[in-house]
Amino acid sequence: MNTQRICCAGFGGQGTLSMGKILAYAGMLEGHEVSWCPSYGPEMRGGTANCHVIVSDEPIGSPVVTSDANCVIAMNQPSLDKFVDILGKDGVLIVNSDLAALKEDKEDIRVLNIPANAMSTQEFGGAKLANIILLGAVIQSINTVTVESIDDAFTHVFEGGKAKFIPDNKKAFKMGYEFAQNYK
Amino acid sequence: MAKVLMKGNEAVGKAAIEAGCRFFFGYPITPQSEVPEYLSSELPKVGGVFVQAESEVAAINMVYGAAGAGARVLTSSSSPGIALKQEGIGYISNAGLPAVIINMMRGGPGLGTIQPGQADYNMAVKGGSNGDYHNIVLAPASVQEAVDMVMEAFDLADYYGTPVIVLADGLIGQMMEPVEFNYVCKKELAPKTWALTGKGDGEKHMVENLVIEPDECEAWNKKHFETYAKIEANEQAWEEFLMDDAEYAFVSYGTSSRIVRSAIGYLREAGYKVGMIRPKTLWPFPTKAFEKLDKKIKKYMDVEMSMGQMVQDVAYACNDKNKIEFYGRTGGVVPAVDEIVEFGKKVMGGDK
Repeated sequence: MNTQRICCAGFGGQGTLSMGKILAYAGMLEGHEVSWCPSYGPEMRGGTANCHVIVSDEPIGSPVVTSDANCVIAMNQPSLDKFVDILGKDGVLIVNSDLAALKEDKEDIRVLNIPANAMSTQEFGGAKLANIILLGAVIQSINTVTVESIDDAFTHVFEGGKAKFIPDNKKAFKMGYEFAQNYK
Repeated sequence: MAKVLMKGNEAVGKAAIEAGCRFFFGYPITPQSEVPEYLSSELPKVGGVFVQAESEVAAINMVYGAAGAGARVLTSSSSPGIALKQEGIGYISNAGLPAVIINMMRGGPGLGTIQPGQADYNMAVKGGSNGDYHNIVLAPASVQEAVDMVMEAFDLADYYGTPVIVLADGLIGQMMEPVEFNYVCKKELAPKTWALTGKGDGEKHMVENLVIEPDECEAWNKKHFETYAKIEANEQAWEEFLMDDAEYAFVSYGTSSRIVRSAIGYLREAGYKVGMIRPKTLWPFPTKAFEKLDKKIKKYMDVEMSMGQMVQDVAYACNDKNKIEFYGRTGGVVPAVDEIVEFGKKVMGGDK
């Protein structure tokens, strides 16, 4: 695996920080080095939110991803515009296609347009699991952690009273994973 | 203990509790507010005391009081809040009392910005209070190291009778990394027989600060400096990264050293023989790391999130100011890896 640099970006409330946390947790459970680095500031609901996750077999240098990213998840248009250029060669851009679109083709990257908001709304009655659908696509598209480790991470992140959220999260994750698997 | 994924700010709070700290006095400020938030819920569970003071000035004086009573005591803040605490830190130093102060630095001066910075180097290392004094200053570069250093800080403070500053920044406070908590006291600590615990029928104890006769005050200072000399001899700490065959060396600490570490990966791939000396103690500055390198290194490349506050210490340590090149970003800007790669190439003679 060496080092995988991932940027999860969207607006506040879309769950970009949580999806990053689950990925980082899964990496830790597999015994990798991981870092989870959030944006912070005087943000408001609807403002931008992003986190950078690194999963590596070596001690992690910069926890901030400014170049050579392996994957960018853009949950809205401002995030796509801001972060598309940090992708490295053969990087994967995962787009929440209900809210964002790549305006001009870029060389050397792979783009997955996934209608995550619509998929989540259809299955769960709201867009709240769009982030986990996209996380499923991330795990299918780049070489980071196994599906089993993500399942393990869910049980650690959703503890106690939050355990009731695990089945829907697993389902959403599977939807995204399969969507990416069958992506043409 | 299994590793857990924790935010730096919460992890240092837990580290303090694990090291036996039962008293926290502070005031919230971004980007370290999760430290008091965490301790406000966790300290009472272990019989500790959490007080959100009315100001930073009040908080540091509460620390002074608890330290005088022999407690393991912590305060934390971020740059402008630490500036407010300077008077109290000087008093605690002069009284020869142990205390731990965490600074999750942000961009300055003044209120500045809430994004990460390293421009409090001078305030921490050169002394932001009046008089002749030093604080031990520890500079973690990861959440795990922040945890380990907070634990060690309590031991160093008790052992030497001096405040210890853990100088991190907003990035380390806000980010999550896997951590484990294994507190082992590595110092032989004497019982605090001097503590103000109520005279009763026992002997009189005093915590003194006013030494009005100049001769006595000078002697008082010199006694502190005997302690400082021991600290300089025994406590210098640093990491050497890929230094064995290095012809050039970055010098960087804390968060900026993380960026440099990544940049070195790219520079090594491009064929540059470059490594890094990463100070883990800023006071005492690890001059020993430079002594053995002497003439071998062609240039020292100092990288900081400040306008170059560490440069003079590097110059003193390597004893050749002409060997130093500096690159810094400030005001809350974290440098990108690419910038450091470019800086390195420029210093080391362009593309290979």
